[in-house]
Amino acid sequence: MTNGKHQGFYFSFITVLSLLFVTVPFILALGFAGALARRAQFAPLRWFGLAYTSIVRGVPDIVFFLFALIAMDQGIEYIRHMVLCPEVTDPVRQGNDFIVCAKAKMPLSSAPEWAHKSYAFFQASVAFSVVFGAFAANTLYGALAAVPAAQLETGAAFGMTPRQTFRRIHLPQMWIYALPGLSNLWMIFIKATPLLFLLGIQDIVYWARELGGTKTGIFDYPHADWRLGYFLFLLVFYLFLTWISERIFTRITRRVSRGQATIGGAV
Amino acid sequence: MSCAETISGYALRSIGWGERLLPKTDFTLCDHAVLIGSGLIWNLYFAVFALGFGFFFAVLVAVARASDRPALRWPAQAFIFVIRGSPLFIQFFIAYETFVLIPKVAFDINLGFMEITAETRWLTKAWLGALIVLFLNTTAYTAQIFHGALLSVPKGDIEAADSIGMSPYRKFRRVIFPSMLRLAWASYTNEAIFLFHATTLVFFSSFPAWRQKGDALYYASYFADKTFNPFVPYPIIAVYFIIFTLILTAIFGLLNRRLNRHMRNVS
Repeated sequence: MTNGKHQGFYFSFITVLSLLFVTVPFILALGFAGALARRAQFAPLRWFGLAYTSIVRGVPDIVFFLFALIAMDQGIEYIRHMVLCPEVTDPVRQGNDFIVCAKAKMPLSSAPEWAHKSYAFFQASVAFSVVFGAFAANTLYGALAAVPAAQLETGAAFGMTPRQTFRRIHLPQMWIYALPGLSNLWMIFIKATPLLFLLGIQDIVYWARELGGTKTGIFDYPHADWRLGYFLFLLVFYLFLTWISERIFTRITRRVSRGQATIGGAV
Repeated sequence: MSCAETISGYALRSIGWGERLLPKTDFTLCDHAVLIGSGLIWNLYFAVFALGFGFFFAVLVAVARASDRPALRWPAQAFIFVIRGSPLFIQFFIAYETFVLIPKVAFDINLGFMEITAETRWLTKAWLGALIVLFLNTTAYTAQIFHGALLSVPKGDIEAADSIGMSPYRKFRRVIFPSMLRLAWASYTNEAIFLFHATTLVFFSSFPAWRQKGDALYYASYFADKTFNPFVPYPIIAVYFIIFTLILTAIFGLLNRRLNRHMRNVS
């Protein structure tokens, strides 16, 4: 349990947890952008917001992950190809191949291994942010609409500009309505992290398979098939993660519903 | 190969009818659409059966969860906690590893007794093994939704049923159950969509696709791997899923109309 081969396994837990925390600001930012776009006066922006949220939510997330990953990869390499090697005139897509010049590879094939790994991690974070941003946008949109109109009218009656009303009343009052949806989203997000494995990240699922199997891609073990044991351990890990999150969210809900005109706050 | 030939050769490829070999080169748009559509049969199969069986079992679990008897309440609570607290992806792995181990164990215990070995072998096949996992998964989520709805059934309704002397079973059948469904329906629609999307994980996680009989995502990634072009297969599968999600939403909307047919102005 403490030999060198397990270091990768332990480190992968940090990978998963860091993915959770790194992407949250981006998810919320994209969520806000999406929600505000859907409320915008300018019609094309509104359509864009609606298209973003409904397409991403209408498609299974794993499909979107796989698509976003290759699309992003090829998009970046294509742009680099155009900028860095303008002298190559051959088309990038030749039959079934996607060929860019060596300088345009991302990351460069000469780059150290950690660069490859962190680039893959970065791509996965972007894919997760885009998908969960759409879900967050939907929740925040609903929450913004749920704030009682009377509260906003009160703001206007005090002579606040629309911008002031939004910042001082609409936004702070929205959180209580957004919280149930956001906590639900967080739970879904936690449970989506094993999909990192499918995105080619060496995450906990990858190591559980490698270390548990008798004969795997990199190791050859004398022990029997222990994958079931490793997976049961992951199950407990996730149960703990969701259990602790649920407790934290219960606390936050109690905190923000103080003094609100809802059932939970009417104390 | 014309498109009509492709359809006759591959439309039922995912369930083993038609051409044996998948197309290797020169994929046309028609190849993509037909083969991915063929894979969709599996997604629909899993969704329909898991939701169908899950619905009835979820009602039982929800009632057990709300029961006064600890012997009923505790198992239901534990079941819901474990399934809802862990990723479906991990559940697939655990189930698969367990199902693979079962025949070995059975074989050791009663040597030569072929019936058990023969029966458990089906569990490692996707059509049964993965269906069991999806069924248990949707049962737990649905039971939680129904449990919440069960607690929100108006007290007055139950008192009214008591006052006219309904038996407990009749009271449940005529008063509590319909109210519960009405209250739970919006959330249950969401759960059905989530489950439908989750069916894409089956062949991607652990259950191997036998003789290249896979689901829609299996074929989509087959094309993407072969052509290095994600911009054709993934949008196609996305369109398929959006269409079927809309159909699912429409069916659930019709059922909702029926559940609320005694109410006024409910669309």
